[in-house]
Amino acid sequence: MKIHEYQGKAILARYGVPVPKGKVAFTVEEAEAAARELGGFVVVKAQIHAGGRGKGGGVKVVKTVEDAVAAAQKILGMQLVTHQTGPQGQKVGRLLIEEALPIEKELYLGITLDRASGKNVFMASSEGGMEIEEVAHHTPEKILKEVIEPGIGLSGYQARKLAFGIGIPAASVNAAAKAMIALAKAYDEIDCSLAEINPFILLKDGRVMALDAKINIDDNAMFRHPEFAELRDLAEEDPLEVEASKFSLNYIKLDGNIACMVNGAGLAMATMDIVKYAGGEPANFLDVGGGANEEQIKNAFRILLSDAAVKAVFINIFGGILRCDILATGVVNAARELGISVPIVIRMEGTNVAEGKKILAESGFNFGVADGMKDGAEQVVRAAQ
Amino acid sequence: MSVLVNKNTRLLVQGYTGAQGTFHATQSINYGTTVVGGVTPGKGGTKHLDRPVFNTVADCVKETGANASVIFVPPPFAADSIMEAADAGVALIVCITEGIPVRDMIAVKQFLKDKNVRLIGPNCPGIITPNECRIGIMPGHIFKPGNIGVVSRSGTLTYEAVGQLSALGIGQSTCIGIGGDPIIGTTHLDAIQLLNADPDTHAIIMVGEIGGNNEEIAAAWIKDNVTKPVIGFIAGQTAPEGRRMGHAGAIVAGGSGKAEDKMAAMTAAGITVCATPAEIGQKVKERLGL
Repeated sequence: MKIHEYQGKAILARYGVPVPKGKVAFTVEEAEAAARELGGFVVVKAQIHAGGRGKGGGVKVVKTVEDAVAAAQKILGMQLVTHQTGPQGQKVGRLLIEEALPIEKELYLGITLDRASGKNVFMASSEGGMEIEEVAHHTPEKILKEVIEPGIGLSGYQARKLAFGIGIPAASVNAAAKAMIALAKAYDEIDCSLAEINPFILLKDGRVMALDAKINIDDNAMFRHPEFAELRDLAEEDPLEVEASKFSLNYIKLDGNIACMVNGAGLAMATMDIVKYAGGEPANFLDVGGGANEEQIKNAFRILLSDAAVKAVFINIFGGILRCDILATGVVNAARELGISVPIVIRMEGTNVAEGKKILAESGFNFGVADGMKDGAEQVVRAAQ
Repeated sequence: MSVLVNKNTRLLVQGYTGAQGTFHATQSINYGTTVVGGVTPGKGGTKHLDRPVFNTVADCVKETGANASVIFVPPPFAADSIMEAADAGVALIVCITEGIPVRDMIAVKQFLKDKNVRLIGPNCPGIITPNECRIGIMPGHIFKPGNIGVVSRSGTLTYEAVGQLSALGIGQSTCIGIGGDPIIGTTHLDAIQLLNADPDTHAIIMVGEIGGNNEEIAAAWIKDNVTKPVIGFIAGQTAPEGRRMGHAGAIVAGGSGKAEDKMAAMTAAGITVCATPAEIGQKVKERLGL
């Protein structure tokens, strides 16, 4: 789960990571009050989950309360377009009003999982404020890494090594190391799947602070953190994905016009790939799971067809535990109940496939029944044209 | 021959009396697997599916001589179950559970380091040696004994590949579903090393997907060490960056874990990389000269 910058900073502050004074604002009035409280010299920052907000015009430094109000009026409600939002952008519904600070140096801190070793790795770089992927690509030697030992955390010597290594002056090293250790502790205790402080800043007066906070939380660990449920911002998610999540359907909306209904995540990805390979564009990823029943199939259909771009549906099921006759019955009933009008191509394989095909053939609907995955993909691409 | 499991495997089931445990234990028994009993804390001393239930894995191992365990325990408790099986000295632990937090798996990985046990999964369909032993949730009837080893991060893509092989009359030695999570006990490399050492495995199918770089690591080893034909496929060529595609581990993040990079590394290692999963069976047939 992704959370907003202001939410991430509030959590990090509890662990002792220094952050600027700031307040969230949902309205221009709240922004004005916050700017006044902070003395007028503030940064107005759009709160959306995507990165690149500054370049897109979502961050403004202002010197007076009046200018803060003007900036808030402009940013609040705008469709903010960044390299991560796609061309349609993301509507800004919240602002972070934060004290403006005299910056000496912009640095980078981050933590991520190293899958091969099964341990988290702490990264630090002197190249703050830039895309870390760019730094990794062009100057990988500028990213320093320390493995976080499970059960121990980031040790003091590791944090100091990183702090000196990225050029923090001796007078500020202890403060920086303390912030790094706090970040590592927070990462572990709140079950993060990603943490990035970019930039982590050194101030003119020698203090250090997290000027940004990108915190993702492991969805699988949410049962341990019921208090985080309220941090989810549904406005940041695709409405169809929100709807699908209510039925435990694993659905991700894409830009194409061929809807896919598949069992199993691997086969669902491979189905998108083969649609593309056949010259089409997948409208979604959808894994209905191994134990899908009639009700699940009906819900899945309803969600797929709520996407106005969809011109045809490709159902690709390898019936192992899920029997083909059950699937076929579910598809026929859903088609009848929902009055489905777009062409449907079905490829089934596995248990009771003959009975399944018979049910489809006798249904009165004109389903395309495919012989193999490739044939199915080709049929559905033709049907969508 | 085969790897890891065969007719001498004595399987215990953790989460034995639950719905999933019951259903799949029954399937395994019907397939001919030696299921010796199971564990459900608090139900020790009772019988389930005609077999004894124990309170702890240690008790079960002591009484039944179990040498493998399959875990159908809900995510909050699954990591603990893996550690319990390892502590009891169960040599092969197969964890089916999907949704275990990464933090728990970091602890498990650390716990297993100095123990002589093998973990498969979590978030996997299990392992099968056709006609000998089925551990997990795979549909047993699609498999056929033979000489192709299969290793895959995805359950349904395993079935897809196996379905094609069996239809072509080509059987399998052992099929290993290694799981779709970021931290797994047995990687592509581990599984391929085992299959490569098995004289009755004549060719290997390696199915991967986006996320991480375990496929690249395996490909580098294959290049220098494997002379058997290897046929591969990578799912997720059209997956958008930054999105988790169903499996917790299937995500392209910060430009790493892309399908194209994995396919390039595999091709460079001499692996026959299929453009779509529809051609896996046919490519195996071609590589074996059948």
